[in-house]
Amino acid sequence: MLRLSFRKPEKFSVYWTEIMREMVSIGIGSLGIVAIISLFIGAVATIQTAFQLISSFIPKTVVGNITRDSTILEFSPTITSLVLAGRVGSSIASQIGTMRVTEQIDALEIMGVNAPGYLISPKVISGVTMIPLLVIISVCLGLGGGYLACAASRDVSTADYIAGLTEGFNPVIATVCAVKAIVFGFIITSICAYQGFYTSGGALEVGQAATRGVVYSCVMILFADLIISRLLL
Amino acid sequence: MIEVKDIVKTFGENEVLRGITADFKAGKNNLIIGSSGSGKTTLLKCIVGLHEPTSGEVFYDKENFTTMHFEGRVPVRKQIGMLFQNSALFDSMTVEENIMFPLNLFTDMAKSEKLDRANFCLKRVNLEGKNKLYPAELSGGMKKRVGIARAISMQPKYLFVDEPNSGLDPKTAILIDDLIAEITEDFKTTTVVVTHDMNSVMGIGDHIIFLHEGQKWWEGSNHQIAHTDNKELNSFVFASKFMQAAREKL
Repeated sequence: MLRLSFRKPEKFSVYWTEIMREMVSIGIGSLGIVAIISLFIGAVATIQTAFQLISSFIPKTVVGNITRDSTILEFSPTITSLVLAGRVGSSIASQIGTMRVTEQIDALEIMGVNAPGYLISPKVISGVTMIPLLVIISVCLGLGGGYLACAASRDVSTADYIAGLTEGFNPVIATVCAVKAIVFGFIITSICAYQGFYTSGGALEVGQAATRGVVYSCVMILFADLIISRLLL
Repeated sequence: MIEVKDIVKTFGENEVLRGITADFKAGKNNLIIGSSGSGKTTLLKCIVGLHEPTSGEVFYDKENFTTMHFEGRVPVRKQIGMLFQNSALFDSMTVEENIMFPLNLFTDMAKSEKLDRANFCLKRVNLEGKNKLYPAELSGGMKKRVGIARAISMQPKYLFVDEPNSGLDPKTAILIDDLIAEITEDFKTTTVVVTHDMNSVMGIGDHIIFLHEGQKWWEGSNHQIAHTDNKELNSFVFASKFMQAAREKL
């Protein structure tokens, strides 16, 4: 299916319009939920780290340090992607599945359109570009959430938190974060598009395809998370 | 002209088409009729390439469509227009965008030309001014007409229609039948209609193929169908009390 999806387009301008539309749908459409989740995760991570590590023997900057690394390495790419698997993945699977059961995909094929290419490649391209951008935003907001948590409590000062964020930064964690985001973007869009494209039956099967797409995506994200962490860290 | 030769189609153990050979005449309304489950839609899907036949061949003007690969089929498919049973309009596009979709993909026409073409097609199906509506805002009959408008936007040589009257009231069904007949005559298309509606059969059936249990059982015109002694065909044609009464008056 992926080989068919990336065949030469019939007309590039039409595909480009589709890519832009999908980018808006995935990127702008998911911004709200990503922002809310990231702020709360950053704040909670900071509070819990402070709770566990605050003592007179450990410098308070450690809280910022740990929050930064855990947000960049795990919380932002993985949790954001799991949430996006639900929001974006189910939408992709049900959209393509509905097109299948209402013969819209047959209509594309009759016209001579490469249906996998027209329907799937814009979604995969948008996924591997917009999900990393959403993860970057998630990292910034997560760290911002940590700052707000510090400002609201007296456990760690905001100055210590900022100092912790900036000291001892290892660029490898940014690379790992980027790789995870790209791979997870590909997993979500390709698995859910596959489930939708090969749906048959009616409304019930479309719902089942969407559920399968989300579940398989989540499992594959966790599996890929493990592999990437093992290989790159 | 479209020719099918010895088409067999099986789904697992179920043999749906059992060696059908038929010609679909150019510039005529060719009807495939038969009761539910007789293999009408499967035959249509084999002809247009949505199903690959288990064995047998389909020829479009002597070109073997069955053995062509995806790229080879594209030039033939650009000459095909199809109206689906549920119209299969793209939900996310307006009426105008639906009609212009194949033009956007396969032609280098300027936007104004494409718009003119869309307006011409909409006028042809009596839906002028409905350009900006979405499929969800249309009635069943209007969806069928938009489906026809999209099917003729590329000026097809072959027009395929799957159950054009399903879910329509009798008056709208006759309008759709008349529209199909007019388009066949105006554009000189080879039209293949799958139906089990006797009004369509009697109204526009220039050339009729009757399928029964996956086989071609009878072939003829709407003038011949009422006078045949084929038992299965008679039980199909005169199934309704209205048709039985009509036969008694013949």
